[in-house]
Amino acid sequence: MSSFKYNNVYIKDYETIAGPKEKAGNLEFKNTINDYYYEEENIEDAEIKMQEFCLDKVMKRNKKKIDVVTGGDLLNQIAITSYNLVNKELPFLGLYNACATFNESLIVLANHIESNLIKNGIAITSSHNLNAERQYRFPIEYGSQKKCYTTFTTTGGAAALLSNEKSNIKIEASTIGNVVDYGIKDAAHMGAVMAPSASNTLHKHLTELNRSIDYYDIIVTGDLGSLGGEIFLKLIKEEHDYVPREYFDAASILYDDPETFQGGSGPVVLPLVLFNKIIKENRYKKILLLATGSLHNTLMVNLKKTIPAITHAISIEVIK
Amino acid sequence: MNKEKYSQMVKEMTPKENRLLNMFIAFFVGGLIGVLATFLFLQLNKIYNEELAVAATLLILITLSAFFTTLGIGDTIFTKCKCGIIIPITGFAHSVASSIIDYKKEGFINMGSNAFKLAGSVILYGVVSAVILTLIKVIINV
Repeated sequence: MSSFKYNNVYIKDYETIAGPKEKAGNLEFKNTINDYYYEEENIEDAEIKMQEFCLDKVMKRNKKKIDVVTGGDLLNQIAITSYNLVNKELPFLGLYNACATFNESLIVLANHIESNLIKNGIAITSSHNLNAERQYRFPIEYGSQKKCYTTFTTTGGAAALLSNEKSNIKIEASTIGNVVDYGIKDAAHMGAVMAPSASNTLHKHLTELNRSIDYYDIIVTGDLGSLGGEIFLKLIKEEHDYVPREYFDAASILYDDPETFQGGSGPVVLPLVLFNKIIKENRYKKILLLATGSLHNTLMVNLKKTIPAITHAISIEVIK
Repeated sequence: MNKEKYSQMVKEMTPKENRLLNMFIAFFVGGLIGVLATFLFLQLNKIYNEELAVAATLLILITLSAFFTTLGIGDTIFTKCKCGIIIPITGFAHSVASSIIDYKKEGFINMGSNAFKLAGSVILYGVVSAVILTLIKVIINV
């Protein structure tokens, strides 16, 4: 059994920050940065600063004793998150599941809180377009020829405070996903890499909790992109005969710019859309978040290995 | 769903690139660079001898390309022109300049070893194929 139900886990507070391209996109953000350097020397420092901003805001507003911080990012050995927490006197569990890291962090915290081992915890994550571009693709200024089915790494940071104290956003259930590989080798085609794992976790979540797909008002995937979202819908129809009542992919709605191709990418996409659109609009009560992550690195891609993916599910209930 | 069926489904759903249009853009831009280079060569040939004029033309193209890259607008122009600027000698300078910009904060040694990250294979295989072609030429002539 890898699905859990929670009775007393709530998202008490959250903070997000978004980059320049996201600011120009479809969503409205409270905090944004105007340039990729965020008044720092390096892009790495800029990403640390974005994450730090979110963490500080949440900690200052709530003045609670934080028992555990969980989180991760995309930069080698999750350096950003580790450097963010230096000398902050915060116990830290560093996690990496690529773009599924945010849901993974929420699940770890929720399990701790539900079992009464801790009372308050913070999940943090971030990604930065230039950092990812440099690590996974080509030099930043190279501007290589992009495939039309590729995605654009989202710049931003997010922090969420989970607590056993009641709030109007309840984390109600979760499912830990399996590593799934359907044989795609193209690292530019991440939607196709991750869609099977999203289908797998969705099916596991619904069967283990004995629910039908209609239980959820909306199903949101993390960063499959527009094309990935279409592949996902077709796949769940053919594999399990599921048709969600409402569905969208978080990455596909972020931008309004053809240069971002299929949409955003990165662990920060899901929290950005969750807190700045879904929660803000307050239209849905039962929400299933499927955070998808592609578990490759450049070495494995160069070795022509197929790319595995993982998806973690979090079910959220908005209490009106 | 098995892997074969899935990859077939993905292939069917993935949009095709407009290769013909991309090829035309690359051909047109690459041709323009050729025209520019010829013009430069003809002008320089008035001052220098032929050998020197060729070298000076290449030098000007390389410098221009690296200059635009360091200004930070090279990637935008180059992406719009598809392979039109990447394939000629301008692309070589661009790849070296962009790699150097990436590593400039990591010290001179790292910058040096990563400068030819993309261009390195061009140099290596360029030299190797030159050796092979020269060997063939020598054998045929004998």
